[in-house]
Amino acid sequence: MTKREQNTDVVAVSATPKRTYWERNNATDGYLFKRDFGRIFGGIFTVVLLFGLCFLILQPLLHQFANSIMSRDDLFDPTVITLPRYPTWVNYNLAVYLMDYWGSLLRSLGITLAVSVLQIAVCTLVAYGFARFDFPFKRFWFACAMLTIIVPPHILRAALFLNFAFFDIFGIFTLTTGDSLNLLNTLQGYLVLSATAMGLRNGLYIFMLRQYFRNMPKELEESAWVDGCNKLRTFAQIMLPDAVPIVISCFLFAFVWQWTDSFYSGMFLRGFNVMSLQMSGLGDMFISHYVVAAQGGDALSLTPPTALVQAIISTGVLIGIAPIVLIYLFAQRFFVESIGQSGIKM
Amino acid sequence: MKRLTMRGRNAITGYLFILPFVIGFLAFMAYPLFQTIRMAFSNVRVDFANNAFDMTWTGLDNINRALWVDPNFSQNFVEELIAMAMLVLPVIVFSLFIAVLLNRKFPGRGVVRAIFFLPVILASGVLVGIETNNSLLAMVSDQIAEQSAMRAGVTGVVEGLLVEQFGAGVGEGFIEYVLEMINQIYAIAMASGIPIVIFLAGLQTISPSIYEASSIEGATGWENFWKITFPMVSPMILVVVVYAVVDFMSRTDGEVMEMIDVNVNRIRDLGFGSAIAMIYFVVIALILGILGFIISRLVYYYD
Repeated sequence: MTKREQNTDVVAVSATPKRTYWERNNATDGYLFKRDFGRIFGGIFTVVLLFGLCFLILQPLLHQFANSIMSRDDLFDPTVITLPRYPTWVNYNLAVYLMDYWGSLLRSLGITLAVSVLQIAVCTLVAYGFARFDFPFKRFWFACAMLTIIVPPHILRAALFLNFAFFDIFGIFTLTTGDSLNLLNTLQGYLVLSATAMGLRNGLYIFMLRQYFRNMPKELEESAWVDGCNKLRTFAQIMLPDAVPIVISCFLFAFVWQWTDSFYSGMFLRGFNVMSLQMSGLGDMFISHYVVAAQGGDALSLTPPTALVQAIISTGVLIGIAPIVLIYLFAQRFFVESIGQSGIKM
Repeated sequence: MKRLTMRGRNAITGYLFILPFVIGFLAFMAYPLFQTIRMAFSNVRVDFANNAFDMTWTGLDNINRALWVDPNFSQNFVEELIAMAMLVLPVIVFSLFIAVLLNRKFPGRGVVRAIFFLPVILASGVLVGIETNNSLLAMVSDQIAEQSAMRAGVTGVVEGLLVEQFGAGVGEGFIEYVLEMINQIYAIAMASGIPIVIFLAGLQTISPSIYEASSIEGATGWENFWKITFPMVSPMILVVVVYAVVDFMSRTDGEVMEMIDVNVNRIRDLGFGSAIAMIYFVVIALILGILGFIISRLVYYYD
């Protein structure tokens, strides 16, 4: 766009070579100068503003990184603010040890992958059902799906706790085995929730997928139907391949949010020490280790200095979120464009 | 047996597709919701040894305790609502502003957009407030908050000057509010990840021909914004308000959420925890309903 305007300017100048910028400006009653001034300063203003805001958002990460490579001397040196004088990887070794990093990483990857694949598979089916079939009470059920977005699971915490501590869905287990099950702190409990589209923010995925399916043309399905393809096969072979981008987007959201989730992890995955729990427990873990080490006869005080605790937590958070940051770096398009793709309309 | 019509078969297939959700909703949303309401009016005792629990109906006891007896709840609750009211409006203004900037073409737009979306991922779940989430730092975090509230440094000086110069009389409250917002800019940016994308999606549906026509008629960018952009994205404001309110109330480090967590998971006072949760949810739902009603009256629908 700017290029074309420059060209027209060049043409204008070469046609009347004698006129300077200010003469041309006068000929337009000052409009030319006003326009260029606005453009240049608007541009500078935008650049400065966006740069500042981007820095604001990234600053905690940079700060955490700087903190994580500081040695003890740097942490207690008031003249060291941002850049450490004696950078060290010692905090990383400590955090990896305290978090049982590699074990947690493997367990978290496995569980998060399984749970999010299951959730998205179920949500896709449900969303397709909402998008393409007419059945009685459809609006009611869809309103229920929207309700799951608005009601945070925290509200139902006590009831969910009871339901899973004494798991007895519709009285089936008491009938068959005579007693209810305790599904708290078991992966099965969370798999049950995931398989019934009630996991973390599943209502949102149903909504996004449904919007996407609704905007797809109906003709393909109809011709498949006429050719004798049943509904499930139509869905799997014709609709699903076209919906791959939004399914990937939803999967990535599910993965990333599951990775940092505390609510369901705290309820079902305590025994697995997944990464989110390891990250949130790291501070206390370090403090207790420090106290034990101090009781071993060192001249250290019993509680660690806060700067040290913060440096360890920063390190733990950095290595804990490293996988999802990597995913985001490579698949950022799927995250940012997903909502636009699904065509939000109220 | 009569053969099913096409419509009937369609209905059955449709129900089969959404069956997982129907089961899940009934078992893990509708029933727990009902139970939560019941527990809010009961005293609940959990007996793990005998694998059983019992509820005794106590009427409004829990509600009364939350509202009038408990020293923390009403204060935390009101503070939470005020914080929400203070945050939602700036989030809308900020995210619309950023969305308009990001909707223009400039080099590096993709990178900037990715950075603004980053909080959606990095400010979720356990990562919120993780720095102070341990026994040692929880104690000193109050002191840190107090110190930063004193606002040393350049912003503090500017703030003092502004309040002194223009603060006499009417403007003081307003200036305080604006300055409060500026201090909160980080929280606002953190809450704006999804709203920006929602507004961007809305902006991209506006046909460029409308802008072309109005520019030919001599409209400036400012006029274009208020006469075209704003009305066209106004339906998105409703979406963003709902999103921002729900997102705010389900933060894990919210005061009320922490109270629920402590009562359910540590003290195991399920009845009181449920009562808090119900009061919180009902009030938020009311606020959402009222806001939704007002905003849906004001927005402009193009088609």
